[in-house]
Amino acid sequence: MNPDPTPPTPGAALILDAAAIERCLKRIAHEIIERNPDLTKVALIGIPSRGVEIAKRLATYLKEFSGTEPFAGVVDVAMHRDDLHRHRLPPRVERTILPLELDDMTIVLTDDVLFSGRTCRAAMDSISSFGRPARIQYAVLVDRGHRELPIRADYVGKNLPTSLGERVHVRFETTDGMPDAVWMSPS
Amino acid sequence: MSAATPVQQKSVTASKDAPAWTHKDLVGLEDLTAAEITHVLDTASAFKDVGTREIKKVPALRGQTMVNFFVEASTRTRVSFELAAHRLSADVINMTASTSSLTKGETLKDTALNLQALHADIIVLRHSSAGASKFLAERLDASVINAGDGAHEHPTQALLDTFTIREKLGRIEGIHVAIIGDILFSRVARSNIHALLKLGARVTLVGPSTLVPHEFEQMGVKVTHDLDSVLPDADVVNLLRIQHERQRKEYFPSLGEYTSLFGLTKQRAERLKPEALIMHPGPINRGVEIDSELADCSRSVILDQVTNGLAVRMAVLYLCAGTNPKRG
Repeated sequence: MNPDPTPPTPGAALILDAAAIERCLKRIAHEIIERNPDLTKVALIGIPSRGVEIAKRLATYLKEFSGTEPFAGVVDVAMHRDDLHRHRLPPRVERTILPLELDDMTIVLTDDVLFSGRTCRAAMDSISSFGRPARIQYAVLVDRGHRELPIRADYVGKNLPTSLGERVHVRFETTDGMPDAVWMSPS
Repeated sequence: MSAATPVQQKSVTASKDAPAWTHKDLVGLEDLTAAEITHVLDTASAFKDVGTREIKKVPALRGQTMVNFFVEASTRTRVSFELAAHRLSADVINMTASTSSLTKGETLKDTALNLQALHADIIVLRHSSAGASKFLAERLDASVINAGDGAHEHPTQALLDTFTIREKLGRIEGIHVAIIGDILFSRVARSNIHALLKLGARVTLVGPSTLVPHEFEQMGVKVTHDLDSVLPDADVVNLLRIQHERQRKEYFPSLGEYTSLFGLTKQRAERLKPEALIMHPGPINRGVEIDSELADCSRSVILDQVTNGLAVRMAVLYLCAGTNPKRG
């Protein structure tokens, strides 16, 4: 609720503060309920690291609004990326935590920022190696554009037009030790 | 379908500040920090789960080529690396000393340069000379993974041993590990000592004085020649194979005498704590280092070690192949 948290880099503009993030995620929770009448068949699966936090928060809001708390898990994307040789250092691999049975489930993938769409593709590939969910939906806190694949989000907290060089920074108290906020900086 | 087992999640607040791994090669554990060893073990936990999936293969190393270059004989390590590479979608070439031109007089370096000229991205090297992996790692752009160099180090074996202890006992720090047998000739022992001490375990070496000289105490371990006194206090006993091929007979009078003093017999195993783990890097000489029944008992984690070896090697291949120092 701090109106002026410290920016992650000098000159970064505040896009969403903690209250705005809460409003976005609560709205997304309502939209998930609207589109998925049976929440026992929904699993929220986060893309590390901040997508995992978003999955947990959405699960809490869904319980608050509907009485049903869906499964909240994790999908590792590092071992499903196609660009290991493009990195200087290997991306951190996380353990994947999915429901035991996927086949009748609706998976809602969650992530903080949607950019090229490649991470989402890797996440879908990873999930399909475990089983065949009934459908996969995609929820993001910020959609900044510049897709490189034919992928779109079903639930968007904030559409943020950016230029390619600009950077979007998401900070959560729980994952970063900084107040909840979304920032944008020129580079 | 066989779905993934939900598992305990590691904290998402794990530090992302310092790079966790920055090495293109794995030559030995002596040069790694405790944090780096722990990072390999954490990465291996994630890769272990791949074996429980419906599709037991991930695309991480797609398009990369791994050469299994085994100048010294090995089956289980070679097969483990090969399967690990397949699970990561890498292409694999197997070479042994007899199928390489080493028999025609080509030097190790020239053979390796030829492998590199074929665009090998990863070279897994088993060699009878200590330092062979380091020699290649310093000269090649490819990642070099030491799969055993003489009596020097066998890092992936020690990593899988450490992984197994952590998985079964929940921690390494404060655990008392007794390594028993042929320490003098054992690269497995050396790598285990480095890993265990860095992670805060206590290590006692046990064996005949000819095979376990007191010089090892300089590494920070205890040395004893009395197995019975160590067993009641050990959380883990790691039995090493008597390496017939690497030693002459005068190190101990006979295998029978070795077994009577240092073999883990059923009777002797009764002195162990009930929860103590029995480990062996294999291949087992049943009836020499360990009674056949004990090797198959519930406290024996010998086959877990094999399964975990696959996960650890996937992690090592992923981390080393994912480190590209030439990229900005």
